[in-house]
Amino acid sequence: MGAEINQPLLLRIEGLFKRFDENVVLDGASLSVPRGSLVSVLGRSGAGKSVLLKCMAAVVQPDAGSIYFDGKPLTVGDASARADFRRRCSFLFQSNALFDSLTALENVALPLEQTTDLPDKEIRGRSLEALRQLELDAHQDRYPSQLSGGMQKRLALARAIVTRPELVLFDEPTAGLDPLRRNAVFAMIAKYQRQFGFTALVVTHDLTEALIASDRVALLDKGRMCFEGTPAEFSASTATVVGDFRDSADALGRTLAAMRRGEALQSKDS
Amino acid sequence: MLRTVGRYSLSIVHELGDFALFTGQSFRSALGARRLGRRVVRAGFEQGVRCLPVILIVGMFTGLVLGLQGYYVLNRFGSEGLLGTLVSLSLIRELGPVLAALMLVGQAGSALAAELGIQRNTEQIAALETMGVSTHAYLVTPRLLAALVVYPIQTALFVTVGLWGGSLSGSLLLGLEPGVYWSSVERAISAPDVRECFIKAATFGLLTISLCAYHGFNAHRCSSATGARAVSASTTRAVVQSSIIVLAADYIITSFLV
Repeated sequence: MGAEINQPLLLRIEGLFKRFDENVVLDGASLSVPRGSLVSVLGRSGAGKSVLLKCMAAVVQPDAGSIYFDGKPLTVGDASARADFRRRCSFLFQSNALFDSLTALENVALPLEQTTDLPDKEIRGRSLEALRQLELDAHQDRYPSQLSGGMQKRLALARAIVTRPELVLFDEPTAGLDPLRRNAVFAMIAKYQRQFGFTALVVTHDLTEALIASDRVALLDKGRMCFEGTPAEFSASTATVVGDFRDSADALGRTLAAMRRGEALQSKDS
Repeated sequence: MLRTVGRYSLSIVHELGDFALFTGQSFRSALGARRLGRRVVRAGFEQGVRCLPVILIVGMFTGLVLGLQGYYVLNRFGSEGLLGTLVSLSLIRELGPVLAALMLVGQAGSALAAELGIQRNTEQIAALETMGVSTHAYLVTPRLLAALVVYPIQTALFVTVGLWGGSLSGSLLLGLEPGVYWSSVERAISAPDVRECFIKAATFGLLTISLCAYHGFNAHRCSSATGARAVSASTTRAVVQSSIIVLAADYIITSFLV
C-alpha cells in the first residue's frame, strides 16, 4: 500500500462485497478518493472495476460494505443522502449511454431539465456553455449517431459536467480505443478535471495512461484493492500483484519487440 | 409435473404483482415529475398522429364489411332499414374500442416496448438513474397519461369512419336510402353506449401501454435471451399479452356494463 493521504477525502469505500450467484466480484474492496484529485482504479478485465463503480452510483446494490461521500454514509434506505450524492456526482458510462433520439444539445440539457427547476433560458445557456467548453457547440443539433467516437465521448462528458458535479465517475473511458485515442481521452479527462476542478475516479486497464494522468492509482485484483498510492509508488512497488500487473502490461511490448526481431531475421535470411 | 405447474403459477403471480407495482409507481411519479406536460404532448403525438392513418384505414374497411354483411343478413328478414343500428352498435360497443386498441398496440405499443428495451440495453435507463432522474416519470408516466386521452380519441375516429364505411357499402353500393341509414344510426346510439365505448378505450389504453412499457423497461430481465434478442422477445411478449388483455378486459367490462 502507498503513503497516507493528507488531503480531505470526498469518497471513501470500506469493505465492499458483491456477488452474482456463485461469482464473488467484490471481496471487501476499499478505496479512498481525496477531494480534487484524479484517481485511477486499475485491474484486469473482469476484476470487478465496473461493478465497483456501479455500486457507488447505486446502479448495482452491494451485498455488504460502506460508502461514505463527503463524510456521510450512503445507505440503501437513506433516500436523501442518495439524492444528495446523485446531485453532486456524475457517471460516464463505458458505452457513453447517450440518448440516441435526442440531439447533442438536448442530451446535455436533459439532466438540468429533469433534476432542477431552472428556467428554460438558463438551461439552454448552461448546456450551450458546456458544449462550447468541450468544443462541440458547432454540433449542437446533431444526433449522437452523427458524431465520431471521440465527439461522443466529449458529449458524454459535457452532459456529465453540465450539472457542475463535485465527483465524476468514469467507467473504462478508453475501452476499445486505439492507443492514440486512448491518450487523447485520458488527456481530455485530465485537462477538464483540472479546468473544472471536479474529483475524478476512473476505472481502466490502461496502465501507461493512468500512471501519467492520475494523482493516485489503486489496483483491484480478485475483488480486493491490493494497492493504493501515487503513480511513483506504484512504479516502485515490489508487491507481487503489482509487479504481475506491470509485467502483463509490458508483455505486449516484449511480444511486439520479439516479433520485430523475428521479422528482421527473416528479412536477413531472404 | 406438479412442481413445474407450481413454479409456473408462482412466476405468473410474481409478474402480475410486479406489473401492478410498476403501473402504480408510474402514476405516483406524475406527482413530482418535471416538465411533464411537454412529454405528454410528445407522447400524444407519437401515439395519436403517427397511428392515425392505420386507424382511419382499418376503421373504414371495418365499416364497409359490417355494412355489406349486415345488409345481406338483414335483407333476409326484410329489415335493411336497421342497418345503421347494427353498424353503429357493433362499432361503438365492441369493434371500435377493441380494433382501435389492437391497432394502437401494433403500432404505438410495439414501438414503445422496443424503444425502452433498446434504452435498457444501451444503458440509457441506467444513465437516467445515475443522474437522479425518475425513470418512471420521464419514460413511462407521459405515455400512460397520453394513452388515457389518445385511445378514446382514436376510438371515436375509428367509429366515425366506420359509420361512414357502413353508409358507403349500404347506401352507395347496395342502394339503401342514406336517410334511412343515418336516422337508424341516430336512433340507436345512446349516451350509455358512448360512455361504455370511452370507458373501454381508456382502460385498454392504460392496460396496453403500461404492459408494453413494463416489458420494454424490463427487457434485461428476459431469461431466454440477451441483447437484441431480448429486445425482440420482450417486444413480442408485450404485443401478444397486450392483445390478449384487450380481449379479456373487453369481456370483463362488457359483463359489468351490459
